[in-house]
Amino acid sequence: MSTPLEHDYIGLTESSSMERSSDKISSSSSSSSTHPIEDKPSKTAKDTCLNLKETELRLGLPGSQSPERKVSLFGKDLESNNDKSNGLSVSPLKNLVSGAKRGFSDAIDGSNGKWVFPMNGKSDVELAKGAALPSPRGGLDSKSNPQQARVSVPAMKEVGGIPQSPKPVQDKKNPVPPSNDHATAPAAKAQVVGWPPIRSFRKNTMASNLAKNSEDAAGCLYVKVSMDGAPYLRKVDLKTYKNYMELSSALEKMFSCFTIGQCSSNGLPVRDGLSESRLMDLLHGSEYVLTYEDKDGDWMLVGDVPWEMFTDSCKRLRIMKGSEAIGLAPRAMEKCKSQN
Amino acid sequence: MESSELKGGKDSQISDELSELRMESSELKKAKESPISDESNRRSSFPDEVLDRVISLLNSHRDRSSVSLVCKDWYNMERWSRTHIFIGNCYSVSPEIVARRFPKIRSLTLKGKPRFSDFNLVPQNWGADVHAWLVVFAAKYPFLEELRLKRMTISDASLEFLALSFPNFKALSLLSCDGFSTNGLAAIATHCKNLTELDIHENDIDDKGGGWLSCFPESFTSLEVLNFANVTSDINFDALERLIGRCKSMRVLKVNRGISLEQLQRILANAPQLTELGTGSFTQELAQRQYEELESAFNNCKNIHTLSGLWEVKGLYLPALYPVSTRLTFLNLSYAVLQSDELAKLLVHCPQLRRLWVLDTVEDKGLEAVGSNCPLLEELRVFPADPFDEEIVHGVTEAGFVAVSYGCPRLHYVLYFCRQMTNAAVATVVQNCPDFTHFRLCIMTPGQPDYLTNEPMDEAFGAVVKTCTKLQRLSVSGYLTDLTFEYIGRYAKNLETLSVAFAGSSDWGMQCVLGGCPKLRKLEIRDCPFGNAALLSGLEKYESMRSLWMSACNVTMNGCRLLAREMPRLNVEVMKEEGSDDDGRADKVYIYRSIAGQRRDAPSSVLTL
Repeated sequence: MSTPLEHDYIGLTESSSMERSSDKISSSSSSSSTHPIEDKPSKTAKDTCLNLKETELRLGLPGSQSPERKVSLFGKDLESNNDKSNGLSVSPLKNLVSGAKRGFSDAIDGSNGKWVFPMNGKSDVELAKGAALPSPRGGLDSKSNPQQARVSVPAMKEVGGIPQSPKPVQDKKNPVPPSNDHATAPAAKAQVVGWPPIRSFRKNTMASNLAKNSEDAAGCLYVKVSMDGAPYLRKVDLKTYKNYMELSSALEKMFSCFTIGQCSSNGLPVRDGLSESRLMDLLHGSEYVLTYEDKDGDWMLVGDVPWEMFTDSCKRLRIMKGSEAIGLAPRAMEKCKSQN
Repeated sequence: MESSELKGGKDSQISDELSELRMESSELKKAKESPISDESNRRSSFPDEVLDRVISLLNSHRDRSSVSLVCKDWYNMERWSRTHIFIGNCYSVSPEIVARRFPKIRSLTLKGKPRFSDFNLVPQNWGADVHAWLVVFAAKYPFLEELRLKRMTISDASLEFLALSFPNFKALSLLSCDGFSTNGLAAIATHCKNLTELDIHENDIDDKGGGWLSCFPESFTSLEVLNFANVTSDINFDALERLIGRCKSMRVLKVNRGISLEQLQRILANAPQLTELGTGSFTQELAQRQYEELESAFNNCKNIHTLSGLWEVKGLYLPALYPVSTRLTFLNLSYAVLQSDELAKLLVHCPQLRRLWVLDTVEDKGLEAVGSNCPLLEELRVFPADPFDEEIVHGVTEAGFVAVSYGCPRLHYVLYFCRQMTNAAVATVVQNCPDFTHFRLCIMTPGQPDYLTNEPMDEAFGAVVKTCTKLQRLSVSGYLTDLTFEYIGRYAKNLETLSVAFAGSSDWGMQCVLGGCPKLRKLEIRDCPFGNAALLSGLEKYESMRSLWMSACNVTMNGCRLLAREMPRLNVEVMKEEGSDDDGRADKVYIYRSIAGQRRDAPSSVLTL
């Protein structure tokens, strides 16, 4: 079986490992019962060291990791199970298959979901969450492709929200927040069955709560805000701000740990009575610029257009490194002109 | 009942029931064999009337079980005086056996499905239908007054049967049940003339409209507890208002989110005697005068100690609660989307709080406010508002947990959903709060390590079990090796319930737990690498436990068959996936002790081995 070299999100490979529960493994074999079907862990090199793979954040079907992963996760070489005389063991492939199968049949039931690999390429956030996400997909050989295929189809189905069971209050998947974030909508993302352990009633209530809060006629306009280099996104409600100054200062507070505070360290005066253009000055002077994606999918510099027009067309925000935004401003101006 | 525990307190030990029945036969033998003089000596020193009186004062099931084991006399006295029976697993005993032993039952608490059915891990038609119980009880206990069900299936027909068969019926509590609709509630309202309690909480109801509430007749005045917070359809407010007006003894009222603030004010004006209140929607646009009326209505409620609801809350109106907040001991904000500053402002007025449930929208800052304002806090539950949105990291972290522990040394119950945790933080928490009895930590990404050190979370739970000697219930999460379970087996001497998911390295982990924890009663495991060796290492143990659940582990059909063969007094049930073969992995296994034998109502997807 091929063993592709996989890197986890902290850049370590399978070969680098730490001494750990090898003692436990050996002690388990000595203290366990004399029952005939007891598993005897084999002491291969893999067993005696702890793969950092075990510490990776991964998304995979329960019990359906690649054979290497199975070894590292469970500290035993599952391939040795095939040696068992009374055939009680299950081969890793079988685990894969049954794992996938389970996921699929669960989808058919309509009442369960499962992990899938995200279908779309994602933003920086993905790196933080674990490049293990794209890499296993590359790493898994053809054996697992059918699994993936099997997995992705039902996922699509599920997120479409087609509960197959007659009871409408069954597990509803992904309370997707408002349409604002269709930019990187993780369309194929589903969850592990029954995880996190929250009662259906609560899940369904919170799903409708969030939807309600976001669609509130009084006006909630949630957009995601990402910042280059930050490990996670935030969400802001544009309707709670009246102008660019308020938005900017809120964002600064939110992301201040990520050095946007350099704005003020440039010796610029305290921002009382900032006008819309002031924001652009500030941002031009700092390392970061605030950009947004508009309805057409274009990335624009924040501050070019009147505030109301901005809140109408803004779908998400991104705090971009100044160097990357250089090409942006002229385009934004042109677009503005053409729209006027 | 907001709490997830049913009234009735601790479990009656079915092991005691089991061993009592075995004792029964051996005691009978002993009684026959012992010299008569000894017996009469015993009796003359302790008149029956006194004994009877003393035993009838016992409420705790464990005490009663212990008493019944002393000798045949005490056994008989106990069984004749027991009026409330608690059955933690409806399949562990049959209604006929119960009726034979206890002739005078007036109150029954029954729990059915395995707990993981709450999370959709149990097939829909698995069982736990209460009807068979009702039929037997209608014949044997026509004077039945109370029925409390948790995770049972109850149909509308059963509800109607219940309403018609027990003329003295007083209290119905349904928690996490399914199989019924609002029509069933209508039947209860229509026919139960002596009803004092109707508590419908977080069930899977087929909601057919709110007309059920209007079925309480105009002559009906006995209701004391009414909880329909989770019955979503709008009810007729006039009917509700009149009902409350007639039921002068009403002390617990929890309405659903269809009730507006203005309506709430009218309710409170008519029922200032309430002790527990669940509001409806807390977001209506109120004029100044209306707001003042609301505030004044709250001010008149001098007895409210428990508050919940607050659906769609607007922080703006929370100050209306200040008159009652100073007396609050239990505040359930688990459906209220509050930000940290809103919570902080409110908590300043809640110094007496013992129990607090919140959403993680309050974030760590909100939890800091908890630590600062609620020194008497004993229970904290933090629920995730948005558990499936992984892109956006918010909610609470280890910092909030630690902050609470510094401010609330009496904390003994925690349920904490978070996205990141560290070993050090947990160690600090239990150092500050060593009296934990219930420690349920859910790090929401499966198998996630300590995010700072990247180590397993073994030491966190090691600290918990080493420090918290009174620990009864533990839920673990995060990346855990067998070491966690070594710790648990070695140190958790009072542990009764353990929940494990996506954890462990080998069979050894589960073996440690089964070989250790002497008081273990419920073990539920999912997605762990425990196989037949682990399963079979607990052979003797399972008879002293209520149940074992294992799903998505490495247990095989043959392993289960072996277990079933070795332990005939256990029911070993396997839930089969469609189309999977008979010799392969046993995907979902549920094992429980029973004196009723195999159940006869299992669906085709459930195999009893």
